[in-house]
Amino acid sequence: MTLEQIKDLLDAKVVVGDNKLDLEITTAFGADLMSDVLAFARSGCLLVTGLSNPQAVRTAYALDIAAIMVCRGKSLTDKFIEIAKELGIPILWTEYIMFEVCGMLYREGMRGCIREVLVEDKKRAK
Amino acid sequence: MTLQTLIDELGLKCKCCWEKLGNEIEGGYAGDLLSDVMGNSKKGDIWVTRQVHLNIVAVASLKEHAGIVIVQGASPDKDTIEKAQKEGIPIMVSDLPEFELVGKIYHLMHHAQ
Amino acid sequence: MPNEEYLEGKYFIQGRDFVDAGIVSSEMKKYLKEKGIPEGIIRKVAVVTFEAEVNIISYAEQGTIKCYIEPDSVTIEARDIGVGIEDVELAQQEGYSTADDSIREMGFGAGMGLANIKNHSDEFEISSVPNEGTYLKSTIYLNGK
Repeated sequence: MTLEQIKDLLDAKVVVGDNKLDLEITTAFGADLMSDVLAFARSGCLLVTGLSNPQAVRTAYALDIAAIMVCRGKSLTDKFIEIAKELGIPILWTEYIMFEVCGMLYREGMRGCIREVLVEDKKRAK
Repeated sequence: MTLQTLIDELGLKCKCCWEKLGNEIEGGYAGDLLSDVMGNSKKGDIWVTRQVHLNIVAVASLKEHAGIVIVQGASPDKDTIEKAQKEGIPIMVSDLPEFELVGKIYHLMHHAQ
Repeated sequence: MPNEEYLEGKYFIQGRDFVDAGIVSSEMKKYLKEKGIPEGIIRKVAVVTFEAEVNIISYAEQGTIKCYIEPDSVTIEARDIGVGIEDVELAQQEGYSTADDSIREMGFGAGMGLANIKNHSDEFEISSVPNEGTYLKSTIYLNGK
């Protein structure tokens, strides 16, 4: 799906990155725990989260995550938006709760992702 | 849809409160921040989370959730299971990531009606 | 100890400064990109740095993170002054955590931090003295060996 299609599906607002709406995204990772994202999310996925602090953006940047969908109408601080702009991470914002966001995206063919880095890399390391 | 249907359809493993698997699921909530779940989830929700520690039981009990599903192969602490058994909150586990499991539950909810 | 000749960056971190958690990871990533380090390596360094940073902010009074780029590896070294860790083996277990609510609400504190650092490192070293501080070193090989 493109970011534009995702936006339309979820009645989302584009807070940052309206020049990147043709970005193609096929996988998503849903979490509020950034350590889980750092451990398991794949680069290029959509991060679906209820966390709207600067750490969510920095986590996305660390892993080259394609974009963030902030759920359940969480209010966004200026700092959050400023960092997202600085790091070039598109931010979408929706009133839907995470459960519905995941459900609706899954119905449209989006799939979850888990990076097997921990296993593969350890094997390679030996 | 009942918890038993969810278990049968999605291969979840039940960890406690087997006698309550007839609980009806009225909605769903996904989240890992306890204050958020406390504030926004509803009675009868199936709560999907990656949190495993004791406090999830208190939240689910207070909000009268139908049950909790712990995702991504995380296993709940022994204390968590014991407390859930006592409070009558069924806990189930799945190896699927949060996004994938929620997607499948959502699908079942919208097709089982 | 890494060779000081290869020191590329040194960052100071103030304990309990939750707002800026992750900034060192972002800055280091930008820097490594400019240096032309491969993307997969940068991602690992960014994960290791992020978790090390959150640990210092959460549990120490202050600390430093240093980055060394050697011909065949990148090393992250984190050193702090703080409460330290009683049992470093236990602290590395996934799920073990002594986090408080302020850490949890930031999206951390689920007991994954040290495990994440270890799993993204090719070499990992940690030592701690309770009530003094913690030393942590993570090395990532550039050729993946």
